[in-house]
Amino acid sequence: MQRAIDVRPKVEPRRQEEGTPPPVLVTQDLRVWYGTHPALRGITLGIPECRITAIIGPSGCGKSTLIRCFNRMNDLIPTARIEGRVLFRGQDIYAPEVDPVEVRVRIGMVFQRPNPFPKSIYENVAFGLRLHRKLSRRELDERVEQALRQAALWDEVKDVLHTRSGLELSGGQQQRLCIARALAVEPEVLLMDEPASALDPVATARIEDLMEDLKQRYTIVIVTHNMQQAARVSDFTAFLLDGELVEYAPTEELFTRPRDRRTEDYITGRFG
Amino acid sequence: MSETVALHDPAVLRRLVWRRQLDRLFVAAAQAATLVGLMFLTVLLADVIRDGAPYLRPELLTNFPSRFPDRAGYLSALIGTVYVVGLMSLVAFPVGVAAAVYLVEYARPGPLLTVLQVNIANLAGVPSIVYGLLGLGLFVELLRLGKSVLSGALTLALLVLPLVIIAAREAITSVPQSIREAAYALGATRWQVVRHHVLPYAMPGILTGTILALSRAIGETAPLIALGALQYVPFLPQSPFDYFTVLPIQIFNYVSLPQPEFQRLAAAGILLLLVVLLGLNGLAIWLRNRTQIVRV
Repeated sequence: MQRAIDVRPKVEPRRQEEGTPPPVLVTQDLRVWYGTHPALRGITLGIPECRITAIIGPSGCGKSTLIRCFNRMNDLIPTARIEGRVLFRGQDIYAPEVDPVEVRVRIGMVFQRPNPFPKSIYENVAFGLRLHRKLSRRELDERVEQALRQAALWDEVKDVLHTRSGLELSGGQQQRLCIARALAVEPEVLLMDEPASALDPVATARIEDLMEDLKQRYTIVIVTHNMQQAARVSDFTAFLLDGELVEYAPTEELFTRPRDRRTEDYITGRFG
Repeated sequence: MSETVALHDPAVLRRLVWRRQLDRLFVAAAQAATLVGLMFLTVLLADVIRDGAPYLRPELLTNFPSRFPDRAGYLSALIGTVYVVGLMSLVAFPVGVAAAVYLVEYARPGPLLTVLQVNIANLAGVPSIVYGLLGLGLFVELLRLGKSVLSGALTLALLVLPLVIIAAREAITSVPQSIREAAYALGATRWQVVRHHVLPYAMPGILTGTILALSRAIGETAPLIALGALQYVPFLPQSPFDYFTVLPIQIFNYVSLPQPEFQRLAAAGILLLLVVLLGLNGLAIWLRNRTQIVRV
């Protein structure tokens, strides 16, 4: 998957900042159907490296569908049909020779509802590590600690790693555990599908702080229905409506000077 | 305030009184329904204990069947039951769970899958004597396994397989999709998802279904008689290819004899069967509790 990047996205975030990094993920005329219902009607955009890109839009606009195309999670839905291309570092991840397992190792995901495994905290993080490599007990311990530190959870759970089930943590802690679990396998991109929508404001703030730290090393895509959140955490924002990309721009610009009437209506709360 | 008005509204109050009565009525009906079952069970147990108690003695477990009631016991039937049911579990459990995993996790939804599912449900309702005849034709005659422990175990395995599959399928279906997604998103293969997450999560439910299937198999008489299981077995089966008998057949045999002593011996046999049943169920429940994971 290390092919040279020769495909420039047709739609990049408007008005390139100085030094905006090249896109890691690019979709080209991406279309998705669930049965006969079209969920995405031709999305073309590029996700810049080591930035936070937010996808916003009203319920049912296709934002979750879009983010789930990035790591082939839609493969799990039998009725889903996909057309167009999704390029990860220039390689089409839907090409027949690409193994979805490999895609998901390099592009991790955090879900809307925290979904820890009903196992100990340690086992939650270690599971992904064990899948891919044979590690000694010590290496495993180190990597688990490292992942939990990255997710800002280590200090709260270091004494109960083996004795507490992931399900016995609070909602916010569970979500940080899920982030640690995803980071442990060292992905390059972290997809977050409304990661804070089931959390209280304090837990949400912690997740948002965490994202700010993580963007030093990871490319983050976050789906959110919360426009304040998109405005707070993201560098770029894409606005989706009825399966179409209406506007894609640096976050500040999209929220202060939207070009499209529909974007303006949405962010000012006139619908959605 | 509109709520205050509503509370004092006589029409609402009258209706509330009626609703409360309905509530009590329903609780009473439900309690009565429970009591009916319990009552009959108690009467039945009391009757069997009264008849069988004098024969509950060590010889019941150590003696082979005999035409003298004083010397007759259930040794060969008891060992036969444990042998047959144990062997049956070894076949029915893995095959049933594997089939359920296939149906839920691997099979593509479509008309073929629907036909399969409906047929499995139908198989669960087929009379057990039919399985006995199937076993006779397939295992005893065609595969030449004889009227052996193995034939009996395989026949009973066929009989309970639909029950195991249906229970396991329900248990596997109830595993939250979010658990599967979490594992897939970490790069797990389908087998890894099934092995590490779906099966452990579903295991308590699968075992509960297996307990029921086990109980069903222990009590089965007709298919084994159809198969040709012997009624008088004065020896212990040494290998899966030996002749055998089981507790229900032995009990049936004693009940059909004219001497009243044998009726009492049969009652004692029923108690023995109950103990074996409860013992095996206890074992399965213990296994289930061991596999239960902390869930909040």
